[in-house]
Amino acid sequence: MNQPYSAPTENGYFGRFGGKFVPEILIPALVELEEAYAAAVRDPEFRIRYAALLKEYVGRPTPLTYADRLTAHYGKARIYLKREDLCHTGAHKINNTIGQVLLARRMGKKRIIAETGAGQHGVATATVCAKFGLDCVVYMGAEDMDRQKLNVDRMRLLGAEVRAVHSGSRTLKDATNEAIRDWVTHVSDTFYIIGSVVGPHPYPMMVRDFQRIIGEETRAQLHQLEGRTAPDYIVACVGGGSNAMGIFHPFLEDEGVQLIGTEAAGHGVDSGQTAATFAKGAPGVLHGSLSYLLQTETGQIALAHSVSAGLDYPGVGPEHAHLFDIGRVRYVPVTDADALAAVSRVSRLEGIIPALETAHALAYLETLMPQTRPDQIVVVNCSGRGDKDMATISQYLNP
Amino acid sequence: MSRLAALFATGERPIMSLFLTAGYPTLDSTVGLALRLQQAGADLLEIGMPFSDPLADGPTIQQASDVAIANGVTIPHILDMVRGIRAQSGIPLVLMGYINPILNYGFDRFFREAAEAGADGIILPDVPPEEGHAVRQACAAAGLDFILLVAPNTSDERMRRIDSESTGFVYCVSVTGVTGARDGATLRQSVDAFKDRVRANITKNPVLVGFGIRSHEDAIQVSRGLDGYIVGSALIESIRGAHPSPDWQDRVAAFVRSVKS
Repeated sequence: MNQPYSAPTENGYFGRFGGKFVPEILIPALVELEEAYAAAVRDPEFRIRYAALLKEYVGRPTPLTYADRLTAHYGKARIYLKREDLCHTGAHKINNTIGQVLLARRMGKKRIIAETGAGQHGVATATVCAKFGLDCVVYMGAEDMDRQKLNVDRMRLLGAEVRAVHSGSRTLKDATNEAIRDWVTHVSDTFYIIGSVVGPHPYPMMVRDFQRIIGEETRAQLHQLEGRTAPDYIVACVGGGSNAMGIFHPFLEDEGVQLIGTEAAGHGVDSGQTAATFAKGAPGVLHGSLSYLLQTETGQIALAHSVSAGLDYPGVGPEHAHLFDIGRVRYVPVTDADALAAVSRVSRLEGIIPALETAHALAYLETLMPQTRPDQIVVVNCSGRGDKDMATISQYLNP
Repeated sequence: MSRLAALFATGERPIMSLFLTAGYPTLDSTVGLALRLQQAGADLLEIGMPFSDPLADGPTIQQASDVAIANGVTIPHILDMVRGIRAQSGIPLVLMGYINPILNYGFDRFFREAAEAGADGIILPDVPPEEGHAVRQACAAAGLDFILLVAPNTSDERMRRIDSESTGFVYCVSVTGVTGARDGATLRQSVDAFKDRVRANITKNPVLVGFGIRSHEDAIQVSRGLDGYIVGSALIESIRGAHPSPDWQDRVAAFVRSVKS
């Protein structure tokens, strides 16, 4: 790239993607949010408070762990895992909910709503609402409530109300519709904490900024551990794409770093049961922004499928769509079966049970590692831990 | 003069606009139903183009959209329905839907073909003025009106901008919420709290108020001082209650007459 990377525009566009495709009722709320966020990031007190909570409450910085047995298994580049699975609540999601809940408090909002797929964002939202004494309603697809029962119980224990969504595919897409409808109805007193780099501007930018800490720490830790400021490859899974944006963004201008996003292929990109948005999607509008979308030939939103509830989404963040367009990030599909095999492999070799989402990034090592050299470094964003997925994983281990 | 401009130029008030979902309750019912609604007193018809993820709609229109999509309705069908109505009626027809199926169909092609089929305007709840530039241009090129919305929380300044960028009429959303029938007192209270601002700031276009209206009393009280009202979810509920009994259209027409007079 010849020009420095800067996005989004004032109107919330990353190249041709992004924007604010929402009902008129939400426009004043988005403008209010944009102004509050701009003021917050300029306010040293806000930044100090955010950093202190990440340290004292979330447990950051998370380690960058050298995966020695996984490295030996492939016998090629050195593999490091960025351990977001060690964050409080078990995934990177809380980096963002801490930031947004601080913003909600600055704006005087008393009621928080969120959508959740795998339940990790719902748990991270319920957690910060408990910590700050705010009312919390989480929308979750009925299908996801079945496969992520543990997280439903966690949210309820944390004092959140979990509302089952029975419309459409009864998964993350429909939970997001319902959260937006709630926001439209209670716009004056409610703050909507979106869990990924999706939705109308300023959410994709704001969520990315709150997740950038992952990449910033990775850079500093690599310097300490390897004397280098950048790896050769970074691999991260992409559903909406928040953990990937968080680790990619600080490295976008390091031309020598190959960035790879793994999307969920489900039963295979041509199986009709997939969530591989870049492999099978086309540009379109869903949940407030223009991005790549899985859709039918008549422009209805298609049902996504992935064994991982967190990747089971027919869209992707607009900044990813832009990075795909300009070729800065390579997006590759990974099937359910390959992800499940990676769960077993990494559990046995590293003593780390990864989330099914994260396993989609780890699975891609099978393809990537033979192409690497021993003097190179690969970082995988270990975005979450697999405890929440044990019911699903057990079905495959003991069918 | 456009059909919408001609309608408002008649001076008759309040204008009754009815929303029906294309392809609901069955794929072949829309043209006949539309003509029947006109006989029953509709001055203007909004034809809803079903979308799988209608985030401005409550359960009633969501469900009607799901049924219509399951019935197989597509944009070519909807354009055929517009042609079918237009062949037998001069009633103003406005298409209402979400932007994604239009992008998928082909942006310029859609607006051109909609105008050729006999549609008069378009309402897109997920395209606010910020994203409306391309739609406005395409509508102007095709000869369609592009109808924008205002809501109770829209500022005076935005109302003036929306008035200047909208043609045909301005759609006044009665409450902060999604579509769906509501209790009349809530509705009146909400509209009364911002009706003066609407009248002061929207001066170029006529204003129709919608969301939640289900009775004659609601319609008259809520639209007083404005140019008319829109009935959507309550009409869909009336269809759902009556279909498939053999006299379902008679029953729906009776509901429409009860709202009108």
